[in-house]
Amino acid sequence: MPVVDLKPKTPLDNMVLLTIGTVTFAEIDAGPLTSVSPYLGQAGNLSDALKSAHGMTLPGPNRATGKDGARAIWFGRDQALLIGPAPHNTLAKHAALTDQTDAWATTTLTGAQATDVLARLTPLDLRDAHFKRGHTARSDLMHMNASITRLGTDTFMIMVFRSMAQTLLHDIQTAMEGVAARG
Amino acid sequence: MRLPCPICGERDIREFYYQGAAVALDRPDPEASADAWQDYVYLRDNRPGPLREMWHHDSGCSAWLVVTRNTLTHEVLGAELAIDVKGARA
Amino acid sequence: MRLADKGLIDRNAPISFSFDGVEYNGFKGDTLASALLANEVRLVARSFKYHRPRGILTAGSEEPNALVTIGSGGRADPNARATVQEIYTGLEARSQNAWPSLGFDAMAVNDLAAPFLGAGFYYKTLMWPRAFWERVYEPIIRRAAGLGTLSGQANTDKYERAFAHCDLLVIGAGPAGLMAALTAARSGVDVILADEDSIMGGRLNAETYTVDGQTGADWAANTVAELAGMDNVRLMTRTVVTGAYDQGTYGALERVNHHADRRDGKAVLETFWRIAAKQTVLAAGALERPIAFQNNDRPGIMMANAVRAYVNRWGVAPGKTVTVFANNDDAHRSAMDLQNAGVHVAAVIDSRNSAKALGDYRLITGAQVCATSGRKQLESVTYRTASGEDSISTDCLAMSGGWNPSVHMTCHMNGRPTWREDIASFVPTPGSIPNMTVAGACNGDFSTAACLAAGVAAARDALAALGTKPAEVPIPNAEDSDYKMEPLWAVAGKGRAWLDFQNDVSVKDIKQAASENFRSVEHMKRYTTQGMATDQGKNSNVNALALLADATGRGIPETGTTTFRPPYSPVAIAAMGAGAQGKGFMPERFITSHAATIERGAPMMEAGLWYRPSYFPAKGETHWRQSCDREVNLVREAVGVCDVSTLGKIDIQGPDAAALLDFVYTNMFSTLKTGRVRYGLMLREDGHVMDDGTTARLSDTHFVMTTTTAAAGQVMRHLEFVTQCLRPDWDLRFTSVTEQWAQFAVAGPKSRELLNGLLSTPIDNETWPFMACGDVTVAGVQGRLFRISFSGEHAYEVAVPARYGDALFRALLKQAEAMGGGAYGMEALNVLRIEKGFITHGEIHGRVTAFDIGMDRMISAKKDCIGKVMSQREGLLDEDREQLMGFKPVGAVKQLTGGAHFYPEGEDPTPDNDQGYMTSVGFSPTFGHFLGLGFVRGGAARQGDRLRMIDAVRGIETVVEVCHPVFFDPKGDRARG
Repeated sequence: MPVVDLKPKTPLDNMVLLTIGTVTFAEIDAGPLTSVSPYLGQAGNLSDALKSAHGMTLPGPNRATGKDGARAIWFGRDQALLIGPAPHNTLAKHAALTDQTDAWATTTLTGAQATDVLARLTPLDLRDAHFKRGHTARSDLMHMNASITRLGTDTFMIMVFRSMAQTLLHDIQTAMEGVAARG
Repeated sequence: MRLPCPICGERDIREFYYQGAAVALDRPDPEASADAWQDYVYLRDNRPGPLREMWHHDSGCSAWLVVTRNTLTHEVLGAELAIDVKGARA
Repeated sequence: MRLADKGLIDRNAPISFSFDGVEYNGFKGDTLASALLANEVRLVARSFKYHRPRGILTAGSEEPNALVTIGSGGRADPNARATVQEIYTGLEARSQNAWPSLGFDAMAVNDLAAPFLGAGFYYKTLMWPRAFWERVYEPIIRRAAGLGTLSGQANTDKYERAFAHCDLLVIGAGPAGLMAALTAARSGVDVILADEDSIMGGRLNAETYTVDGQTGADWAANTVAELAGMDNVRLMTRTVVTGAYDQGTYGALERVNHHADRRDGKAVLETFWRIAAKQTVLAAGALERPIAFQNNDRPGIMMANAVRAYVNRWGVAPGKTVTVFANNDDAHRSAMDLQNAGVHVAAVIDSRNSAKALGDYRLITGAQVCATSGRKQLESVTYRTASGEDSISTDCLAMSGGWNPSVHMTCHMNGRPTWREDIASFVPTPGSIPNMTVAGACNGDFSTAACLAAGVAAARDALAALGTKPAEVPIPNAEDSDYKMEPLWAVAGKGRAWLDFQNDVSVKDIKQAASENFRSVEHMKRYTTQGMATDQGKNSNVNALALLADATGRGIPETGTTTFRPPYSPVAIAAMGAGAQGKGFMPERFITSHAATIERGAPMMEAGLWYRPSYFPAKGETHWRQSCDREVNLVREAVGVCDVSTLGKIDIQGPDAAALLDFVYTNMFSTLKTGRVRYGLMLREDGHVMDDGTTARLSDTHFVMTTTTAAAGQVMRHLEFVTQCLRPDWDLRFTSVTEQWAQFAVAGPKSRELLNGLLSTPIDNETWPFMACGDVTVAGVQGRLFRISFSGEHAYEVAVPARYGDALFRALLKQAEAMGGGAYGMEALNVLRIEKGFITHGEIHGRVTAFDIGMDRMISAKKDCIGKVMSQREGLLDEDREQLMGFKPVGAVKQLTGGAHFYPEGEDPTPDNDQGYMTSVGFSPTFGHFLGLGFVRGGAARQGDRLRMIDAVRGIETVVEVCHPVFFDPKGDRARG
């Protein structure tokens, strides 16, 4: 059998890092991504299992739990996305687990004008008082379905389908240029 | 236009997909009459005014909603999760 | 003429610009209109229909006359209002609708023919012959009438869209809007204050009123400065709110860079905002209305408020000797402001007998201007009193027929305004827009004091609705005079008295419409084109319907208004479509093998949002058919590799997963063994086919469903519907894994041999029989292997996590090429599946049933499923329905085409004789001729029949024979081998 070494590629291939004006867009490797969907009546048990296995509870709607390296973000009705650790076996008893590591382009948008850039892309209300650190949402980003999480005052994590990574780059870059050109 | 998703809060209309009257929830028994099936699949009252209708929060939480909307004024009178509406009847 | 020491312009910042090729100078803060007036340029445009000389009428966005084209080439901006356009160094403006020049316009001959071109001219004159409508009349009309023209070149300017959210949106930053914003902002709520002007303050910048002892402009600037310093306030200047929509959504156009030559390719020209506001205060102000009298459109005749604005805000005297014609006290201020600025005021002509002079100027009461003279520039006006007529030499007439509140936005959701007799105008009807409060002049409060107080009151109403305690905001002191207006719509007399300046509609046209029974205001509007120009009749609609009321013997309230619709101001299509140009139009979805595919020179085709290779050209191939034929052959003879990742993949887990599959598929999946794949057919509830695909069982409670590329989203939504709305009691979860897996078809007699070169554990026909599936290790990576075939060959689909897709595709191709195989694209895939009679959405296009495609036996009798009941309807099982069959050419013409229809031999190709249609065709190198799939009446019973295939669009007729749809290997031995 010939030895073939399959080299992995990230969704944006070269870990894009782009700074325009005061805003920086970067592809990140957040580690394994696993969708975690509690079976009927299992949300409580799943939350306990998550807590003991990975240190965070099951996030409620539009919220993220955990911290860098081991985070869970609400990902839709009856679904969370475990980001960082590979899911512990105990979770499978309470939830459907699906590997999504390669399904999403995971990026961050950082800078004082990051919300101005996002205002050109998503209809979400991202005002500080309404979308605080630890808040997350599923919404549109231009014409793409996206997950947007506020990691810090000026830092957002943005995820879109892997196949649309180039469009994400295009749309974000266009919005960044528009914001930067206003000075 | 904006819709109040019971899970995500108020969101812009572009996140939603429209399906029509909430009759869709009341699927007849397979043994039901041809008329009952005809009513279910095709016939809608289509009266102006408050209407219970199905919206899917397509690019949000993926929940199906039953939205009560006045088709004359576009006033949104409320929104419930379809799964709750269905569950309450069971 | 520029006045010394007046205005908000920066005299230390001179700016040079050009109009019709002539260089002029202005100052920072000038609009094109104020700068032209300062340079004593009066004639700036020709009217739409009669090409009459026109000057500047207003000082705001309601301007009907002074429309110019800014810039040239792809960036030319036609119909820019000179009263809104700020000047910048190098600005190039050109007049429109005049040839050969503005001064001598050949089309002004229309004006002489005016008796024949009145209301309804088009409808009466250009009727016959019908063939002339589009070929003769329309081009002539378009050339003769019209405003600016488009360049015909692509617009290279950037437009963007953006979203904003607030607790309170304040529309308009005059005294009412500023006080509303200040009250709300000090109370701590999020405020957006939007104003169309470049500086906020509204009329305060154009009047000489004082507020709290400061000039109005200073008070406004100080208030704006306070607001600008607050974190909870967003000030949006040069932003016109264009429309009110449902649930507090507003459209707003921000003119980001029209005032600057900063178009470096990155800066945006305009941003179209969607603002979501919990509460709104509309403080849109009011618009002064003209008076209709003979030749009231000469350059030099302006609105009284505009004359004041040019004097006070821009330090420009619009004339050397100014006359005022008014029916109200407010317009007298123009005379006083002019006098204070040292400009001669010839007289104030007031239609009211009771009028009193407010200053030291000649006042003629009980008088009406009945004529004017001066073709390209006003020279004199003639007025009529009880004692006769007299003339005054004057080069500028400031007219005022009173004020109309800007009710437009309150009518955008089907509201109708209310007539108020005391101000002889319409005011908003409360509650017309949910969660909107109206304040100030747009509500009929015309004094500054009333506006300031109304702004505070409106904000307090909004704050109460928001549940926020209002801050105590003192109301500043300001004038509170009454404007004492007595209505005067039109001066009686012969000749044309203009109403709608932009569309050249006169008083006579309105009367003619009424006499020809176009009495409804909506009919009158369309018959005369009153209010249908780009200014939407902002100056003239109320006057026109007052005259219509008079002509039809009704009151104005009974006559009613036409319907106000968004946008309030013109919005470029480019702004509305902002962000959706080029690559922003829709996402591009790329497969993981995209780069490797492009490297091989494969042209890509669109499949929904996806890009897939059409074919992979080999050296020496000059036509796609050569590549396609070769690729079909290599799959049939060796092994081909094709990226099939675009198919929808849905991961379904849980105790009731099998129950869901049994319910959404026509056939049984609960009986499927673990490690096996089954083809399934999905119906809509109306009994027609929704989608098809294979589903693999990975464990007792774990399935992976595949959908077609096109229907992936629809199927996901359908599964959500079934599990949330019909069977929420089922315990299962599903999620899309389309993007997680890169999946490749490996098809052909050598497919297993190829795979065994990469799999850690070799497979054979015993361990991986046809329709087997399971986990594998491929080139060291955990993946999945499915033995399924869409080509009819011995074939597999191998899936790995998407990050390895590029590498695996390259590895598979290298192996395949070493074995005499290679990559194949969509064209070959299509031929391979047609040879096998496999369907795609070409066949299951939404109007076919399982019966029609010969799969009615796949509807299990043992269980219910979506669509089952309705699929059994009599008409859907009729043997005479159009059913799926194969077709091959049997006559002299060998070509088959998709979309062609079938007719009996010897009969005419008429709808009555239609026998069906072709859905898919391809040239089969295996058979050496075209093969087709399509639908024909009677289906299998027609096998062997000959039919005329006629493609009326392409002009092709071929004699075809109806065949069994499976042309190749009908027993399926090759896939099982």
